[in-house]
Amino acid sequence: MTRQRCCDHSDKEELLETRRGREEVTMKGLSGSRCCFYMGFLVGTLSLYFLRQVWFEMSMEPDVLGEGQDSSVAALSKKRQASDSNNWRMEGATLINLNHPHHIGEDSSVADELYRKVRILCWVMTGPSNLQTKARHVKATWSRHCNVVVFMSSIDDPDFPTVGLGTGEGRDQLYWKTIRAFHYALEHHGNDADWFLKADDDTFVVVDNLRWVLSNHTPEEPLYFGKRFKPYAKQGYMSGGAGYVLSKEALRRFVEGFKTKVCTHTTSVEDLALGQCLEKMGVLAMDSRDTLQRETFHPFVPEHHLTGKFSKSFWYWSYCYYPIVEGPRCCSDLAVSFHYVDAELMYTLEYWTYHLRAYGYRYRYRPPLSQGLVERQAQTERPTVGTAGRGRTPAGITVGGDGDQSKAESGAKPLSDKGGKETLGKIPIDNNRTAVTQERQG
Amino acid sequence: MLSEGSSFMKGMALGGIFCLLLSLLGSFTPGMQSSPEDQHHHHHIKAPTNDELQSLSEPQMVELSQKVRVYCVIMVQPKVLVYWATAKDTWGKHCDQAVFYSSESAKALEAVDLNEQDEWAKLHKALKHAYDNSGDLRWFFVARPTTFAIIENLKYLVLAKDPNEPFYIGHTVKSGELEYVEYESGIVLSYEALRRLVNVFKDGEKCPERGRSLWKLSEEKQLAICLKYTGVFAENGEDTQGKGLFNSKSVGSLIEDGMSKNSLDVVEGCCSDLAITFSGMSPNQMQVMMFGVYRLRPYGHNFHDSLIFLPPDGSDND
Repeated sequence: MTRQRCCDHSDKEELLETRRGREEVTMKGLSGSRCCFYMGFLVGTLSLYFLRQVWFEMSMEPDVLGEGQDSSVAALSKKRQASDSNNWRMEGATLINLNHPHHIGEDSSVADELYRKVRILCWVMTGPSNLQTKARHVKATWSRHCNVVVFMSSIDDPDFPTVGLGTGEGRDQLYWKTIRAFHYALEHHGNDADWFLKADDDTFVVVDNLRWVLSNHTPEEPLYFGKRFKPYAKQGYMSGGAGYVLSKEALRRFVEGFKTKVCTHTTSVEDLALGQCLEKMGVLAMDSRDTLQRETFHPFVPEHHLTGKFSKSFWYWSYCYYPIVEGPRCCSDLAVSFHYVDAELMYTLEYWTYHLRAYGYRYRYRPPLSQGLVERQAQTERPTVGTAGRGRTPAGITVGGDGDQSKAESGAKPLSDKGGKETLGKIPIDNNRTAVTQERQG
Repeated sequence: MLSEGSSFMKGMALGGIFCLLLSLLGSFTPGMQSSPEDQHHHHHIKAPTNDELQSLSEPQMVELSQKVRVYCVIMVQPKVLVYWATAKDTWGKHCDQAVFYSSESAKALEAVDLNEQDEWAKLHKALKHAYDNSGDLRWFFVARPTTFAIIENLKYLVLAKDPNEPFYIGHTVKSGELEYVEYESGIVLSYEALRRLVNVFKDGEKCPERGRSLWKLSEEKQLAICLKYTGVFAENGEDTQGKGLFNSKSVGSLIEDGMSKNSLDVVEGCCSDLAITFSGMSPNQMQVMMFGVYRLRPYGHNFHDSLIFLPPDGSDND
């Protein structure tokens, strides 16, 4: 009996145990699936969220701007590759410019005329180790505006291309390179250019402005232009880094000087040595400043000249031939050169000079054209006015007419298309009101 | 195992539905969901071409030139006084009216004291102040301390646009369904857009002074939302070639990008000739920019623009 009870008990216990066990199992099963449920919930939410984002981005119209910009740039680069072969003729290591760069929407008739009349050969002092780091950027930017370009190195490089001068590399070779480079230029390209510019591979030159500086002079005179320094030479000499230009006659005399041994390799300080040789040969060191006495050739970067303060002990103060001006008047609007320009600044300067502008902005400084060019300009002026459609001076547009002139910081005035704005500024203009009055009368 | 798998599936399905529901609830302007209305709005604003300008008559040009005048809202911080001084001395001179707005007052800083640290609240107050003090100026340009703007190019962009129509222009960015104008590269608002904005400001629900949504929205997005309530949409400012006119980087930075991409024409691919803004610039860079934009040029290249903008009085760096 007891045994039965025992068994009954144990049976009951077993039952209870199994039931509990089953409950536990089902409980575990439940919590397990609950866990999975929550996980699934989370995964579902997150995945759908990301799917939505992606779907939206894909369904939206493709970023037209991005595409537009890419395709226009791609198209332009293709055009540039194609036209590069049309723009340059290679003669040995020299690049002869057939068509200097033109810009959409601009009237470059004056620049084109100067290009024909003031032919410049640019030679760039470089070396094998600088070709890809420096010279390449010169080639891609400002040198495209020269009539003839030659990259001077110690070694020949037919691909770049560079001329091998047969010297070594280094600071002590600078004057040797200069001497040989100028000899090469006269010998090979004496007839292709009127003026001969020397620049470093970290010099940026605005060749169009150089043409303006030179336009009032003749290459048959023995002249040379640059950033003028005063020590060590009676008439001073031009800074090498800021670039300097010799007239054809000056170049002839330089080469003659070496032939007759009047000039020799005296020192490796290239700019000073050259200046002293030229002085001996009767070449004049000229004033390259603009009509407001602002410097055009600069031995440092724009930021340094515009915003920097040169410490009084800095050598620069005692070297400059003309008084140093700090701040905005340091530099002419028609700046010709800057030095110590790195690759990024090369492109930046090219962009600022040839691309970026303020629409319709009337520059404060509008210098006169040289005599020979004014006459020609008058002839070409008429067609431009005709095609533009407006020949009339706007009536009723007065300077103070914009009632809030006192409040307004800049007035916008529509003006008839007069083509050559250069002829208007016969008097160097500082006060722009005078300019507007003159225009209305003219 | 099967039960776990199926509950996982059930969980996923429910999670997905939950997410969709949330997005539907959280999405802005349920009334503005209609896409046909969206398609009516052009998302790009292009500068006028020469032909377009020459087709206008003389008196029309005169009228346009007199109408296009800009009120500049320039945000500054007293911590960096030099940015205020530089903006005042450089590009700010080319605004018809340049007003500085500061988070707090400081000696030597001539600015409207917003007495506010929160970015959206600052923008909110500054725009309201600009609207109340606009006089007869019809275009508004909002800039950050390191932004440099060429106002003449801005005037050129909006020259043929009527400021009595709503315009909200800049460099547009898409975030989900919201298209907003990037603050860093400058924001342009027409008079009508600003009027509508100030109106909706009064509605504390739709456009509160302090952002209230689940996630803290940036002030540029908040502005876009408020404007969207009034039916004003962001438009990307471009030149006639389709290049963006508003840049959030400096010229040097963009050139650097071009160089690292080894692009064939670094300068061409950088930025537009008639760019309106660059940003992230130091005070020195702004001074050099004045030279680069308003002075440095190659002799003999002329542009026969249909309009002439005179240089400001009493200035020597432009």
